[in-house]
Amino acid sequence: MNKQTVLYPKHQQMGAKLVPFGGWDMPLHYGSQLQEHHQVRQDAGMFDVSHMTVVDLQGAGVKSYLRQLLANDVERLKNEGKALYSCMLNEQGGVVDDLIVYYLGDEWYRMVVNAATTEKDLAWMESQSGGFELEMTPRRDLAMIAVQGPNAKSKTLPLLSEKLQQAGELKPFNALADGDWFVASTGYTGEDGFEIMVPGDQAADFWQALSDAGVAPCGLGARDTLRLEAGMNLYGTDMDDEISPLEAGLAWTVAWEPADRQFIGRGPLEAQRKDPEKKKFIGLVLTGRGVLRNHLKLFNGEQEIGEITSGGFSPTLERSIAFARVSPDVGESCDVEIRGKRVPAQVVKPPFARQGKAVLAL
Amino acid sequence: MSNTPTDRRYAKSHEWIKDEGDGSLTIGITDHAQELLGDLVFVDLPEVGQSLDAGGDCAVVESVKAASDVYSPVSGEVIAINDALDGAPETINEDAFGDGWMFKVKASDMSELDGLMDAEGYDALVAEEE
Repeated sequence: MNKQTVLYPKHQQMGAKLVPFGGWDMPLHYGSQLQEHHQVRQDAGMFDVSHMTVVDLQGAGVKSYLRQLLANDVERLKNEGKALYSCMLNEQGGVVDDLIVYYLGDEWYRMVVNAATTEKDLAWMESQSGGFELEMTPRRDLAMIAVQGPNAKSKTLPLLSEKLQQAGELKPFNALADGDWFVASTGYTGEDGFEIMVPGDQAADFWQALSDAGVAPCGLGARDTLRLEAGMNLYGTDMDDEISPLEAGLAWTVAWEPADRQFIGRGPLEAQRKDPEKKKFIGLVLTGRGVLRNHLKLFNGEQEIGEITSGGFSPTLERSIAFARVSPDVGESCDVEIRGKRVPAQVVKPPFARQGKAVLAL
Repeated sequence: MSNTPTDRRYAKSHEWIKDEGDGSLTIGITDHAQELLGDLVFVDLPEVGQSLDAGGDCAVVESVKAASDVYSPVSGEVIAINDALDGAPETINEDAFGDGWMFKVKASDMSELDGLMDAEGYDALVAEEE
């Protein structure tokens, strides 16, 4: 039996096609995934992301704990509400999960972790907490709604408290709280917008108010094509416990300095950093006919050079696009094997599209 | 009330096949199939002149979600394909039983049609799957 978010009755009422995802019954789309994608690129859409887990970490030992737990450095967070994207690594340098951590005070940080990995993450975090004075509280009482698109902020702000209306001034990757309401200028689409934590018992009314304000409900399908176009990784697909951030295009999230910060996984990562055989994480645009899919094999002549980690159709480019992990000597193009045929693809640097437009010259 | 047209036959793999009465048979996927697939973004059709075996895969439809093979319900030779789908695969979403037709064949054995379902049988199959 899958879990349901507090917004489940709203999804049913709004005609969602509900599918199992990471232990939850979640909306795939409300009619047309393509329309929802365009709605977010051109106007405003909303996603129920209440299946993700908010974890509050409080106590005198929290900062030193997180500086050991995360590959990025929370020491970089100085202002209340500031957010940081980071990987949480295992001892081998593989990615346990990717997450966002907010600084709410020297003794209070808030993390948002993936739905499917929540139990694993909490067990790992618990196992690494020995010797630190801290308390971990999963905030199952909070729902979370992402409102994304060029008109997302203007449609959302009038529905918020007077204090939270100042969220309109937030720089990217910053948040503002009012009681249990929490508004962050973050997202997973490459568009302007908010991710909003709201007390569970107020979530359905807020969802309805957003809908009444012209924000269209969008499902996981559009969420996936939007994040792919925006060049954002998906945990479990682009990286996992066996893959390091250096082979998933996430080297930029690893804080190497200060050199004496011994975060978990640092040793293996240092070694891999110097390895010339280290795999490269690239973007692909299919130039031939077809659609790129996860796990399709890539070739340079007869030599197999890697595989697609996330592939799909880009509604903005009207082309098929993908992320792939390949050997480091990849050139400007390669071949993809689709149903036994070799189809040419161009190697590019993601993102593919952001803020309503293609960012690649094709 | 079912919208399944009664002027044609249906395969278990969700293709429809219509006898045009001039020796040609038109083949497409059903409205139920397109709905399961979601927004279509790519269609790969057989080539004119290609010979097909009943039950063999001969075309591919890909949606935003996944790729799916299309099987020929009968044996025969491809005599026409719906080129318009190449630039507009969404036509199948919009009109699976009409403008979204995929290809036409000249059947080598018309009796193969007898093994397929009528509209009522197909509706029963869909109801069973749901």
